[in-house]
Amino acid sequence: MITIRSDASEMAEALAAGTITSVSLTEQHFEQIAKVDGAVHAFLFLDHEGALEQARAVDAKRVNGETLSPLAGVPLALKDVMAQKGVPTTCGSKILEGWRPPYDATVVTRLKDAGIVILGKTNMDEFAMGSSTENSAYGTTHNPWDLTKIPGGSGGGSSAALAAFEAPLAIGTDTGGSIRQPAAVTGTVGVKPTYGGVSRYGLIAFSSSLDQAGPCARTVLDTAMLHEVIAGHDERDSTSINLPVPQVVKAAKKLDVKGLKIGVVKELQGEGFQDGVLNRFNEALDELVNAGAELVHVSCPSFDYALAAYYLIAPSECSSNLARFDSMRYGIRIGDDGTRSAEEVMNMTRHAGFGPEVKRRIILGTYALSSGYYDAYYGSAQKVRTLLIQDFSAAFLKADVLVSPTSPTTAFAIGQNDNNPLAMYLNDIATIPANMAGIGAMSLPSGLADEDGLPTGFHIMSPAMKDDLMYQVGGTLEAALLSKWGAPLLSKAPDLAVNS
Amino acid sequence: MDAMSSPTGISREDVAHLAKLARIDLDNSELDHMAKELEVILGAVAKVQEVAGADVLPTSHPIPVTNVYRDDVVKPSLTPQEALSGAPAQSEDRFKVPQILGEE
Repeated sequence: MITIRSDASEMAEALAAGTITSVSLTEQHFEQIAKVDGAVHAFLFLDHEGALEQARAVDAKRVNGETLSPLAGVPLALKDVMAQKGVPTTCGSKILEGWRPPYDATVVTRLKDAGIVILGKTNMDEFAMGSSTENSAYGTTHNPWDLTKIPGGSGGGSSAALAAFEAPLAIGTDTGGSIRQPAAVTGTVGVKPTYGGVSRYGLIAFSSSLDQAGPCARTVLDTAMLHEVIAGHDERDSTSINLPVPQVVKAAKKLDVKGLKIGVVKELQGEGFQDGVLNRFNEALDELVNAGAELVHVSCPSFDYALAAYYLIAPSECSSNLARFDSMRYGIRIGDDGTRSAEEVMNMTRHAGFGPEVKRRIILGTYALSSGYYDAYYGSAQKVRTLLIQDFSAAFLKADVLVSPTSPTTAFAIGQNDNNPLAMYLNDIATIPANMAGIGAMSLPSGLADEDGLPTGFHIMSPAMKDDLMYQVGGTLEAALLSKWGAPLLSKAPDLAVNS
Repeated sequence: MDAMSSPTGISREDVAHLAKLARIDLDNSELDHMAKELEVILGAVAKVQEVAGADVLPTSHPIPVTNVYRDDVVKPSLTPQEALSGAPAQSEDRFKVPQILGEE
């Protein structure tokens, strides 16, 4: 029987077989949201009307015998960084409060065309800057495993919605780990495709050379199915790759890694990594060896500099991208009393509309790009980017994929890093190199840490446009762990609906 | 900016200047707080200079990007009403903004 706990692929099969309708499935998810989202706060906006309209349309097409996309009728949670026509889109910021975009992001167009039902918009760190959703202007999202803990960030609303069974599919965006780290700390799956693999049109830009939208779900296969819906060339994004989409669904079903070389990155373990995270990581490596893979050890010395380079490049690009929030064409406007100049109104609006982390990064980026400091900071960071790409190229000569823990720790307590931005930035130490090099990477659950019983993530990086390889390895590892555990990891999470 | 004003070269006055360039009003407590934080962050990220030798070429983008051209064909686009739908103020099918050049 299909329930909200079923996999998206199972829901899709039941919908195709006619044993359940999309309207019923959609209503079941809204019921779950009504029960648990008061505690979780994954959603910023629920689109009951639009979702049910889409569900009814899909059900009608099915009755008429029309050919539908594999995921037609399955519900999804959309990160609030994506423009959706007529639906409030805030990017977690006060400055966009009340904005309803007049157009759809390409990702949204593809979801709608595939018959996927968008339930609503999920919470996130303001402009996707953060690792905890604590930087949202609309309140923090809580981790369904432990409501006192963060759900990761910036896409913590999407990861929490999956873990709390509020949606079986979600969309995230990943600039330095914002899909993968939330997946890791909530026991879900998240993929950052190769840069250019999914269109950025309608994705509110943070750092354009790093931003990449991607699929999130509870299983590797579900993630792959969503990947194939949203990926592919788009003439509206000049950095979109005009090549066939890697066959990730086929790869996720392969369940075989014989002969594949798995490269363990020396620099992405050890100091700063929690024991329980490393224990689960090493056990997962054993599973891959048992499944026929060969482990090789690789060293990428420049990875030690990736975090520093990222916190120059991303703020630099953000200081430029966020200049568009000038109170002139959309968003809030503060102080326009007829006496003030446009510049004064702009300064007042940006003071009131941006939160502390966004201001910090805009100022940092403005500094890194300023005359006299450009070469020492932004210029040097760009050189580190070259070294990172060279290290990846050398490592991929020795290994088919590279692996590490996704996040150095399990979910930390809400409020723990309030006054320590540098400690917060360390969450992304293992995820950032893939963004800097533009390659694809996945996080999937590797079990619960001994110390705190919270989820840990296994991180797989594959060469550019070989996204199928990470799905092949991820799918195989997931099957091995499932057989070892006897049930999905999320079955061990507390049932939030019980006490509601 | 005076690079000698602190170990990493960022003072409260520097932050005020940067905020002016970035078009963000910052109040006194924000300036104090941010000067301290930026000093710590810049101290950490300055690490990139250790390996950024003169022989290393910079990379601005992860994939080789060339300009993309398409034929100049008229396609359906937003109506003025749609384009103005999020405007804080509008007038005569245009965005209405505060004065830019001062009093006439």
